[in-house]
Amino acid sequence: MREERTAGGGVPTMLLTDAEWQALRLSLTVASRSVLMSLPVALIVAWLLARRPFPGRTLFDAFVHLPLVLPPVMVGYLLLVLFGIHGPLGGWLANDFGIRLAFTSNGAALATAVMSFPIMVRTMRISLESVDRGLEDAARTLGARPLDRFFTITLPLMMPGVLAGVVTAFAAGLGEFGAVITFASNIPGETRTLPLALYTALQTPNGDAEAARLAIVSFTLGLLGLGLSEVLARRVRRSLGP
Amino acid sequence: MIDVRLKKRRGAFAVDVAFRASGSGLVALFGPSGSGKSTIINLIAGLLAPDEGYIRLGETTLYDSGRGIDVPVEERRIGYVFQDSRLFPHLDVRANLRYGAKRAGAADPQAEFAQIVELLGLEALLERRPRGLSGGERQRVALGRALLSRPRVLLLDEPLASLELARREELLPYLERLRDHLSIPILYVSHQFEEVVRLATHVVVLRSGAAVAQGDICAVSLTAELRAMVGSEGLGAVIEGEIEALEPDTGLARLRVGSGRLKIQAEGIALTGLVRVQLLARDLILAVEPPRGLSVRNSLEGTLSSIVADAGRTHLVEVDIGGPRLLAQVTASASAELGLAVGRRVWVLVKTVSLRGHVYPAGQVPGRTPAPPSAVAGPRESSGTAAGARSP
Repeated sequence: MREERTAGGGVPTMLLTDAEWQALRLSLTVASRSVLMSLPVALIVAWLLARRPFPGRTLFDAFVHLPLVLPPVMVGYLLLVLFGIHGPLGGWLANDFGIRLAFTSNGAALATAVMSFPIMVRTMRISLESVDRGLEDAARTLGARPLDRFFTITLPLMMPGVLAGVVTAFAAGLGEFGAVITFASNIPGETRTLPLALYTALQTPNGDAEAARLAIVSFTLGLLGLGLSEVLARRVRRSLGP
Repeated sequence: MIDVRLKKRRGAFAVDVAFRASGSGLVALFGPSGSGKSTIINLIAGLLAPDEGYIRLGETTLYDSGRGIDVPVEERRIGYVFQDSRLFPHLDVRANLRYGAKRAGAADPQAEFAQIVELLGLEALLERRPRGLSGGERQRVALGRALLSRPRVLLLDEPLASLELARREELLPYLERLRDHLSIPILYVSHQFEEVVRLATHVVVLRSGAAVAQGDICAVSLTAELRAMVGSEGLGAVIEGEIEALEPDTGLARLRVGSGRLKIQAEGIALTGLVRVQLLARDLILAVEPPRGLSVRNSLEGTLSSIVADAGRTHLVEVDIGGPRLLAQVTASASAELGLAVGRRVWVLVKTVSLRGHVYPAGQVPGRTPAPPSAVAGPRESSGTAAGARSP
């Protein structure tokens, strides 16, 4: 678990080592990919939960929110069981499509997506529930069919929620630890994201300075993410008017 | 032609209504709140599913439970203007107007767009967002948006209800224009009888989900069903007359109504066309001899065709003035003193001051061949109070 360092030493400095840059980049790409994976699914699930009463909806709702209450390590373990090379889904993906998820950065993205999924669904669902159905009725009378209506009226009107969900999920994704390390392990350059690198640094003798730098980076990213979400939400709200 | 028969039960409330109106023109659904007006409009739009019945527009059947026809909302081509306008907040006025147009596939969308923008005076609003518009402007945009979707019928659900008085006056002329220029029927929901008097070519009076009276406005204005709804304050016959002359020096217009003449204030009235006036029952004065030496300009001679006593020690008197009928309210004692009885010759006096007419263009004459209303005229048991004329 040791890694080489080209800068730093015992003195905290704002310059990052290559490995630290790598962890930062990896965190950003893993979080982005996780958001891309969960966005369409979260939209559909939010729509089902908000608009389509079906038998077992309460159960489904609870299931969607499970990652919020389960230990992340357990989620990672479940993913390993399902998507591991010998798991029912993992085996199928590996044999028929040549896609490997466990111990890869794609796997890290999947684990992150699963963990941030409830956050995304929740924000989207709330914004969907606040969309005035009367406007959709108006669109219907003007000849707009369901999908047309969704993309021209409903989606633009719930955009503040979608954006907030995306940004929050992204920011939360940057910090996902337990599920990632369990399902995708801690492989430098492949799955060692910022929190994993931070953890590794803490486990390393004389790693305090590196840990401090990584902590500052994580802190800054988190702040930026939240600030960005606020700015975006405000801009969208303004364009929508009352 | 619009021909509707619909049944719908919602909890304790049930709508069971039938009405039919020919041609284009404006059909007013009039009734107090809770009488089922909006439910009926939503049933016609397809936003609510009827239990049974049919909806026919000319040759097209939108719904028929007997034949299993139920055209989906998005294919009904109904121009629905909601009470709260429901403009899309994320689109500017131009995009709002085009929303229905794009999906309707007009042959020449640009020409149509220009025409509607012109008709409703929307040019200055095109780049603006709905939230920046006044209530009246919103409703005009909503009207334009509905019209540009090439509708078979226009449904207006109390489009003036959310507007303050001044804005209403601003929008009314546009509605009159639509009524007179469109070749499609307009269904207009209102609980304001003044609006109905001003706009309607055909009236359906609703109470508790049922049509209790319908027909042209003049006939409906005499019915007991309507009287029960508007109360003695608003009670009064609506009559229509052709303009015979304008008197520029006095600022008055002379109408021919039945066999008599009626002078009204001529503001905004052209020389041609049909003018509609409501004479409030409580503002009318009855005389049994030709009146002389009075300041009253209007005296209409007629025959007393019906008289009913009512609880408030007043009598409601219907007078036939050679076709049109008027309603006057007199106290029981005056009635006895004058010896009022059916068949008696009477003179009805009206002050000109309070009379203002609403003009109908010659092509669209609602009351010229009045169809008998389904619940027929004539004062029955019930009261009214005073007589007079009204300028909504």
